[in-house]
Amino acid sequence: MDKKIALNISTSNFEQCLKCTICTVYCPVSAVNPDYPGPKQAGPDNERMRLKNADFYDKSLKHCLNCKRCEVACPSNVKIGDIIQAARIKYSTDKPKLRDMILANTDIVGTMASTFAPIVNTVVGMKPVKMIMDKTLAIDHHRTFPKYSSQRFESWYKKQAADQDKFDKHISYFHGCYVNYNFPKLGKDLVKILNAIGYGVHLLEKEKCCGVALISNGLIDQAKRQALLNTESIRKSVKEQGRTVLGTSSTCIFTLRDEYHHLLDIDNEDIKDGIELATRFIFRLIDSEDVKLAFRDDYKARIAYHTPCHMEKLGWAIYSTSLMRMIPGVQLTMLDSQCCGIAGTYGFKKENYEVSQKIGETIFKQIETLQPDFVATDCETCKWQIEMSTSVEVQNPISIIADALDVEKTMKLNKVNL
Amino acid sequence: MLSKNNEYDVIIIGGGATGAGTARDCAMRGLKTLIVERLDFTAGATGRNHGLLHSGARYASTDKESAEECIKENMILRRIASHCVDETDGLFITLPEDDLNFQKSFVEACLQSGIKADIIDPKEALLLEPSVNPELIGAVRVPDGSIDPFRLTISNIVDAQRHGADVLTYHELTDFIFDGTSIVGVKLHDKAGNRTVEYRSKVTINAGGIWGYKIAKMAGATVNMMPSKGSLLIMGHRINNMVINRCRKPADADILVPGDTVCVIGTTSTKVPHEEVDLIRPTADEVDILLREGEKLAPALAYTRILRAYSGVRPLVASDDDPSGRSISRGIVCLDHETRDGISGFITITGGKLITYRLMAEWATDLACKKLGVNAKCQTADICLPGSEKHKDDNAPHTTAYKAAESRHGSLTNKITTGDNYSDSLICECEGVSVGEVNYAINELHVHNMINLRRRTRVGMGTCQGELCSCRAAGLLANSHGCSQRAKEDLASFLNERWKGIAPIAWGESLSEAQFTSWIYEGVCGLSLTNNEDIQ
Repeated sequence: MDKKIALNISTSNFEQCLKCTICTVYCPVSAVNPDYPGPKQAGPDNERMRLKNADFYDKSLKHCLNCKRCEVACPSNVKIGDIIQAARIKYSTDKPKLRDMILANTDIVGTMASTFAPIVNTVVGMKPVKMIMDKTLAIDHHRTFPKYSSQRFESWYKKQAADQDKFDKHISYFHGCYVNYNFPKLGKDLVKILNAIGYGVHLLEKEKCCGVALISNGLIDQAKRQALLNTESIRKSVKEQGRTVLGTSSTCIFTLRDEYHHLLDIDNEDIKDGIELATRFIFRLIDSEDVKLAFRDDYKARIAYHTPCHMEKLGWAIYSTSLMRMIPGVQLTMLDSQCCGIAGTYGFKKENYEVSQKIGETIFKQIETLQPDFVATDCETCKWQIEMSTSVEVQNPISIIADALDVEKTMKLNKVNL
Repeated sequence: MLSKNNEYDVIIIGGGATGAGTARDCAMRGLKTLIVERLDFTAGATGRNHGLLHSGARYASTDKESAEECIKENMILRRIASHCVDETDGLFITLPEDDLNFQKSFVEACLQSGIKADIIDPKEALLLEPSVNPELIGAVRVPDGSIDPFRLTISNIVDAQRHGADVLTYHELTDFIFDGTSIVGVKLHDKAGNRTVEYRSKVTINAGGIWGYKIAKMAGATVNMMPSKGSLLIMGHRINNMVINRCRKPADADILVPGDTVCVIGTTSTKVPHEEVDLIRPTADEVDILLREGEKLAPALAYTRILRAYSGVRPLVASDDDPSGRSISRGIVCLDHETRDGISGFITITGGKLITYRLMAEWATDLACKKLGVNAKCQTADICLPGSEKHKDDNAPHTTAYKAAESRHGSLTNKITTGDNYSDSLICECEGVSVGEVNYAINELHVHNMINLRRRTRVGMGTCQGELCSCRAAGLLANSHGCSQRAKEDLASFLNERWKGIAPIAWGESLSEAQFTSWIYEGVCGLSLTNNEDIQ
């Protein structure tokens, strides 16, 4: 018999809560929204009540951002965020609205929007249209939609695919919706860096949106279908082709690695370590002296790094920041690690706008005071929120590395000959 | 508040379910009634059992009379005490090590006693109750349930008072007042006032549970009672939603009862001397037995947090010399000491079980009425208890605390102040007890200290066992009685009382939690917990 069992020590994660309430102190929502009971109550406390009677499910759980900062704060390793999300999945009877489906289906909406990118970008940027979306769909009119790109990353990649086979080493790239439909440059930046250190970049056999927005909007069945498809593609890449799967979005990577298993019950333990954030992958190659990077002498920038919530949960901010610190001309400041308030689609919803801005308020002030050349962060929705709420531009660390990289010198250092 | 001349028709000694039920019945029949309790309501065996709404199935094979009483009272309580009852149904499971032949005779005996007992497929049992041991080879479904003895008792008290009864807690019987061979009153030690008070009555009813032995002795009568200690464990959450029993002759740890937010595994059975009934504690061996056997009912028990351990004493009236104390009749014993011992004006009501408290009260009240020459019919089986009256559900979206309060107070929830931030703020986060609910309990449910408050509301009964709620509750009590020193002492003794139940199972998360609690109160707040008596 398991030793743990013989000692009658609980394996019910919520029972490991010692009620210290540190999670509630760290909850960005609790700080600004009195309607939310806080992670301790919404999670472990009320879980007992829900087990007694499902009627104890409290609708205010929808206020949870799923930022997981409660889990980072918990000294007893209680998966508070997971408990809350799981309760929403199990008990919530709220049907997703049309608005939620539009926001959650980044794939479908992205495909349509990028096809008519110039029109869509102009139209959704117009004030009257924003007001109509506000009134009819309850998408807050203060929000600016990310611009759609005319050429998708996947279309661009097709022309490069043949070249990528020439490298000795290979990885797969989970580009995600943002890179594909809105900002292919980030994907191109990653290809530039990886090629320079001798890695060929490939796409997964099939890739669907990671589904983070589907999960948070209660479209669980669809999320599960997409998760299964992605997991199979990743398994093929990791297990059959021996290619690590890299991403440039901390949220996509966190969802693929952890949320699939914790919230959608998908067994991905065998491939979890094969799913990596690009900055971490590159940092570790450098750290083990397998590759070297050379940077341009003329690159100078004052950068402030914002730690996305899921990056905090992964504990990986150190990789992105250490990588940027390798650039000689970079002066890097760490912003206080706290939620910016957007939480994916949450902040786009009219009913959450005010709370969303309140949550991010101190970080916006900090940025305005520092006035860096730009903010760096690993999450696209944090980028939208900070760009909308401050005067400062936001870049992904991969784009910063790509900009500062001396490609020829790097290729030489790594003996990459094509 | 109390009767002018301190004179009553009937005085009831003992504030358990039986005493409270008898007070209600007497008051409803128009008798001028006083109930006295040496500690708090439910402080004895009433508050220290499984909280099982017996179907009677457990006794069907050995004690048909008790079984019939059980099922009848079971159905009555579902009706009159709906806010105290959880109609979960129960399973009697047969495991590979048990004799499946027992099932057949068991079902037959149930049916003969009028207890619905359906043999169901083990697979169906697993679907109905996923926590049940999957190795089961047989299952019988019976109308078991769970009942909250704290709510049940206080609800009887509230109703007794509504019918004019007077109530005294923390008043201990020191002597009877005799007139020749008749008992005509009682002398009580008022613990709060530290003085002796006298009350007179035509009839005195001894409803003291196991303490009834000493009470009878004080009156000059001998009731042959055998204290039988039973220990139980409270698990951190509800593992099961149906009562799970073993389908075999009653033995240790063969019933797992879901009750409110927790579930309770029990019990053991050990004979104890009368001198020790106030000193009993669960032992390490008992905890081991409960876990070892309990796991066979529901394997999840083995990896669930244990909140605490406790022991109670069954007030069994000995009728044979069975050393286990189990095959003794659980039947009701109502003694008229006038005919039995020549002491007039004195009745003892004992034996029985929690679930037959109402019937016990009926018998005792019938006898009291006969002695008083009162001709009034018992109505306690027909009129709902306060809290269980029909009330409108306004369908408004309620807070968790409101829902939790409603599950505790039923229709009386409307007496709880709600709707403003202060009243709705939580005292006990684990069980969802609000400031409004605590104040209601303090004002209307005979709450003098934290332990009283716990029994009325579940403050401190949750996972943290008082870690977060007790200081807040102590603050509200201080507001009410105006003495912060008294509240501080109360807080310390409450925390020690909580520790007493944690100590026998102090390992894993429960130990960490207790350590954290002591760190907060002793370390941060500087509260002294060590001068208290109850520390081992």
